[in-house]
Amino acid sequence: MIIAERKPMEEIKQLIAPYKKVLVAGCETCVAVCWAGGEKEVGILASQLRLARSAERSEISVLEATVERQCEREMVAEIKDKVAGAEAVISLACGSGVQTMAEMFEDKPVFPGVNTTFIGMPEKEGLWVEMCGACGDCFLDRTGGVCPIVRCAKGLLNGPCGGTRKGGKCEIDPEKDCAWVLIYRRLEKQGRLDLMRKYYPPKNARAVKRPGKVQAAKA
Amino acid sequence: MAKPFREILKTKDFVVTAEVGPVKGSNVSKAIEHIGLLKDKVDGLNVTDNQSSVMRYPSLGICLLIKEHGGEPVFQVTCRDRNRLAIQADLLFAYSRGISNVLCLTGDSIDVGDHKEAKQVFDLDSVQLIHLVHTLNSGKDMAGNELDGGIDFCIGTTATPSADPLEPQLIKVEKKLKAGVDFIQTQAVYELDELKRFTKFVRSIDGKVKILAGIVPVIGAKMAAYMNENVPGIFIPQHLIDELAQAPKGTGVAKGIEIAARMIKQIKEEKVCDGVHIMFIGREEKVPDILKAAGLL
Repeated sequence: MIIAERKPMEEIKQLIAPYKKVLVAGCETCVAVCWAGGEKEVGILASQLRLARSAERSEISVLEATVERQCEREMVAEIKDKVAGAEAVISLACGSGVQTMAEMFEDKPVFPGVNTTFIGMPEKEGLWVEMCGACGDCFLDRTGGVCPIVRCAKGLLNGPCGGTRKGGKCEIDPEKDCAWVLIYRRLEKQGRLDLMRKYYPPKNARAVKRPGKVQAAKA
Repeated sequence: MAKPFREILKTKDFVVTAEVGPVKGSNVSKAIEHIGLLKDKVDGLNVTDNQSSVMRYPSLGICLLIKEHGGEPVFQVTCRDRNRLAIQADLLFAYSRGISNVLCLTGDSIDVGDHKEAKQVFDLDSVQLIHLVHTLNSGKDMAGNELDGGIDFCIGTTATPSADPLEPQLIKVEKKLKAGVDFIQTQAVYELDELKRFTKFVRSIDGKVKILAGIVPVIGAKMAAYMNENVPGIFIPQHLIDELAQAPKGTGVAKGIEIAARMIKQIKEEKVCDGVHIMFIGREEKVPDILKAAGLL
């Protein structure tokens, strides 16, 4: 899923400083699971904004709305009346959701309330880790299901760099595992180390031509 | 004029290279001083490429200075700051100006340097970079286009003999050897046994490649601890840290030189590998002292 982190309160306060009626719009899919932008987080941010403005003796009306998926027009359309009643929108969805809102309500400023960070998974309660770089040319079949594109700090394709720390930790962070040590151990376990010995030529950096577009195959 | 490094590698029993670290700024007088001091005492002078991800005068620029002053430069190229177009262009330029040795490296992460918010490139990795140089050497660019005037680089690369775990590192070394390199310059080694184990592995795959052991003198126990913590790929054993800690105050540099020279002597006497590459970063003027102490001058 897509992982995001809420922007700092100060930044959000600055974004909506000129407005007196603001809608906080959440998304119940990815960002809800990573505690950044679901219905609960919408309620928290709305309360924080009301409190902050009240402390500054500045008037504000904060509306709240959450849709199932903010990256789908049909679902966003469900909250169009609430959007119409606000001067500006803070979207707590990923960048895709923010843009869907911004495109549908072109006359309204739509601000991001979260920073979209990566595609990942929950490692433990409250901790999410990056797993996929959406490179458009999946390499996982050759690496025992460990992605070197994003889990190696340098995105190397032919083995570890010379900076691996003792115990197989990453050059840039002793808390992180070296992806290539993980790949080695996984392939060794499966008796498939020959895959690691193969040479892999440079990746096609334009496997996804930006901006990306995927057309479903016709049935 | 200095002898081409490829010839040196073929003919000399014990090859010695050193490093010239580019300056921070446009004043190259210090680098010229180091070149003058070292060019006739060693067989080749490596020039680092934004070493430790710290922005400096370019490797290519110092390589040209070495050439102008009659030395033999080894152009270090990392994959961190340039994509495949920029690397190919730099290699063509270097060769056209008489630089014919290239050391292919991955490059440290941007995170360890002084421009931590920069976008790191890594369009290629070091194995792919070696393949790229061979492609250019064959008269074509990476896209398969013919080159008008090709190149013929002597190719080197690096390895970390003291990596832990070692096996994944050795698989990478094997790929580099299969891609084809003339020499391997190791990351700093402090344990002879580790170096022996590494050379044995390399020899089992490639009998011709020359191995130069990396020598990084350490001049104090605190510095050693700092390096272990902060310099990627450096593993200084505790017994050396203890030896440094016991050195009387003010004798750290002398002790560091003594330890480095002792290692070089052992490597040479026991014929562990084909030579050494001395990296005395920031103290290039002390390299001749190491050479003297090791009986190489």
